[in-house]
Amino acid sequence: MEPCAVIGIGQTQHRARREDVSIPGLLREAAMRALSDAELTWKDIDAVVIGTAPDMFEGVMMPELFLADALGAAGKPISRIHTAGSVGGSTALVASHLIHARIHRCVLTLAFEKQSESDAMWALSPTIPFQPQLTAGAGGYFAPLIRAYMRRSGAPRHIGHLVAVKDRLNGVKNPYSHLKLPEIDLAKVEASPMLWDPIRHLDTCPSSDGAVAMVLSDAAGAGRTPRPPAWIHGGAMRSEPVMFAGRDQVNPRAGIDCATDVFAQASIRNPRRDLDVAEIYVPFSWFEPMWLENLGFCEPGEGWKLTEAGVTALDGDLPINPSGGVLCTNPIGASGMLRFAEAALQVRGMAGEHQVDGARKALGHAYGGGSQFFAMWIVGSDPP
Amino acid sequence: MSGEPIKVVPMHVRLEYTVTAGCTYSRYLLALAKKQIIGGRCPRCTKVYVPPRGSCPTCGVPTGEEFPISHEATVTTFCIVNIPFGAMPFPPPYVVAALLLDGADLPILHLVRGVSPDQVRMGLRVRAVWVSDAELAPTVESIRWFEPNGEPDADYSTYEAHL
Amino acid sequence: MARLDRKNSPRRIAVVAFAQLPNVRRDTEHEETELVLPVVNAALEAARLTRADIGFTCSGSSDFLLGRPFSFVSALDALAPWPPASESHVEMDGAWALYEAWVRLQCGDVDTALVYAYGKSSLGDLRDVLAQQLDPYYLAPLVPDSISLAALQARALLDAGGCSERDLAEIASRSRRAALDNPYAQVRKQSDVEELLAQPYLVAPLRKHDCPPISDGACAVVLAAEPAAHRCSERPAFITGMDHRIEAHSLGARDLTRSSSTRTAAEHAGATGRFDLAELHAPFTHQEIILRRALGLAPDVEINPSGGALAANPMMVAGLARIGEAAMRLSRGAGRRGIAHATSGPCLQQNLVCVLETD
Repeated sequence: MEPCAVIGIGQTQHRARREDVSIPGLLREAAMRALSDAELTWKDIDAVVIGTAPDMFEGVMMPELFLADALGAAGKPISRIHTAGSVGGSTALVASHLIHARIHRCVLTLAFEKQSESDAMWALSPTIPFQPQLTAGAGGYFAPLIRAYMRRSGAPRHIGHLVAVKDRLNGVKNPYSHLKLPEIDLAKVEASPMLWDPIRHLDTCPSSDGAVAMVLSDAAGAGRTPRPPAWIHGGAMRSEPVMFAGRDQVNPRAGIDCATDVFAQASIRNPRRDLDVAEIYVPFSWFEPMWLENLGFCEPGEGWKLTEAGVTALDGDLPINPSGGVLCTNPIGASGMLRFAEAALQVRGMAGEHQVDGARKALGHAYGGGSQFFAMWIVGSDPP
Repeated sequence: MSGEPIKVVPMHVRLEYTVTAGCTYSRYLLALAKKQIIGGRCPRCTKVYVPPRGSCPTCGVPTGEEFPISHEATVTTFCIVNIPFGAMPFPPPYVVAALLLDGADLPILHLVRGVSPDQVRMGLRVRAVWVSDAELAPTVESIRWFEPNGEPDADYSTYEAHL
Repeated sequence: MARLDRKNSPRRIAVVAFAQLPNVRRDTEHEETELVLPVVNAALEAARLTRADIGFTCSGSSDFLLGRPFSFVSALDALAPWPPASESHVEMDGAWALYEAWVRLQCGDVDTALVYAYGKSSLGDLRDVLAQQLDPYYLAPLVPDSISLAALQARALLDAGGCSERDLAEIASRSRRAALDNPYAQVRKQSDVEELLAQPYLVAPLRKHDCPPISDGACAVVLAAEPAAHRCSERPAFITGMDHRIEAHSLGARDLTRSSSTRTAAEHAGATGRFDLAELHAPFTHQEIILRRALGLAPDVEINPSGGALAANPMMVAGLARIGEAAMRLSRGAGRRGIAHATSGPCLQQNLVCVLETD
């Protein structure tokens, strides 16, 4: 397998509504920043791999067709990945396969969502034919799982709120972040309206317009690039069915297997010790302790203790979501790739104010659907 | 207004789709019209699915033997919906729960009423409440909701595997 | 930047099984899982593999076609990914899912892949649905339907002297007759060219026979790398090259009478030399003419022995089915070398070319 590295990263100013740009404009903002970071031009790109969540979020069927022009893809291969919420992650992995397999040498990969152009709440609450519509929004689906986690682990009720505060304060240090809430504190989260018990408003991710782009390259390209590359040490995806008898939705096996695979590829024996930072997909605050367990950073039932002890804070032993994560910025199709890109920024030493000192190995994690689709990668400052 | 740049042009799209429930789910709906909840047993893993499935999600074969399932269930987990939305069944707050019907190996999602939302708890025992006989039809709405059946709460061990 | 020589690709990967449902105008009995399960099971059985043997799965389908977001999730039960599977999905024709699987296998760590696609074009009004596939700012508000756009292209070709209406009717007639030998095809009949030409225009210059049928269908393909390929099939159809390219979206920005992206993809796929058969994803008769020219096919190459997309056009499936049909026919001895093509977007905007060979 050819080694693959991230040599350019760009993202947009994420906001609730980007009325100043069209969909192509949003993508080009991210793409041109990534190209500029890599000091390359459109001509240097061999192929484009784009990912976005359901077409109904923008109301355009198969948007890669009309976006080809804006992405300099005429005459090139372009494909569009769709794996629900994990799409940003799987898109990056599909792009990396093109390099690993020596099909192409330089690939532009992007993920985006311009949710303001359609009705995201409606699209997230699909009326499945012949089923009653009982609840709306992803929160209605996840709230019962969170309740089940709280019961299983005995975690105190404020744990989720700690994550809500931590991630929003991290977001203040991230210039691209949608939500910037420097005044947030525990009391404000606890006082915010209850949406789907036990999830409160401030425990919930926003709905954002945004895009992120990365330039992936082979070893030769990484050797020439002006800024430090982030080398891919491993990548994996796993899916499991959403509803089957005996399914553990709180600690899904697909997540465990995906993590086991990617850690093995990257020779990570003890994730808590071997990883310096992790960007994981936390759309509702309680997912931080749940994913810490699922990923094997601690034993089942212990995740909330890491959060409570401050281990996952920016200055903690294992910072989680120094960028502010999905709780600050959530263009759904892009969120997974933002995790992958932020992990890469960390090991390149280019995360600015939210840089974790000395980060050399990082995990990027994305999930989607009913906690059933997982995509992960490990990136490092050194070649694999 | 003239001279201002146009930022947004609303374009309303209406697309109509006629869908089918499929062979397997149709049998489930037709049974509901007869006040029956049916389950299907996978011939490989022997788990009982409600509703029966065109493909058992772990085995890749259709569920086979079909039979009526109890109308009594245990609340495994639930949430209280507070935010209003277009097609909501009731004004919030109301409870949506994952209900494990006796004899089934997988919960179904449905409403829990007849009890104040803050009284709903994991382990609560409930029973299906149907529409009137005249209103029965091949639709999941033939079951209006589930309400407490008066039995003592189910022991955590009886449903913890289903959380 | 010097291109790496694709011929140095270390792994030979073959199509070792293909299974499809009979294509029908409207399937009112089966929902997605019930469409996908039989083709996945049949393809695995033909390849002598179980789900546990498969290293990677990729599928193709479309939410807008099926009328709801996240639609591909409901078909996942047919895959039965338990234990959890390495699986991905493209919101495109399954041919692109096959491409992704082929790339994945070339990474070298897994040996077999399952690809499936399904689509029910009958659920909505297909012409209205496909109008959403266009630039939302400049094109979609005009609601140009897919038949009218194809008619624009046909008009351009006719006016350029690239073909006659009779040529188009002959393609339709030949396709329907070939489909008589394909029990899975939908439009299967003897149609006299004169009778076809006597029909009124649907959207001039296209008549009904120049256009694809509306179809519901599903298919699955199994890919295997050597040496596994030889365990899965008596005569595997090896993919010796595959590539895909896209052109500008705007119809006015490209020459509709030529398919430059097909030509480019064919070059990168190594699609030169002799072919025994070609399965071309040409939903409209005039597009077959454009594609043959772009591929430089000799006049004696058999085109669409399956009947092609004119005989059955399940959206999101028809491209993958071209690859499956071509591979299956080669494996059964219909020839040694074949070409399969898939298209996406209005008027052949995006094209994939796959070269297949048996040993």
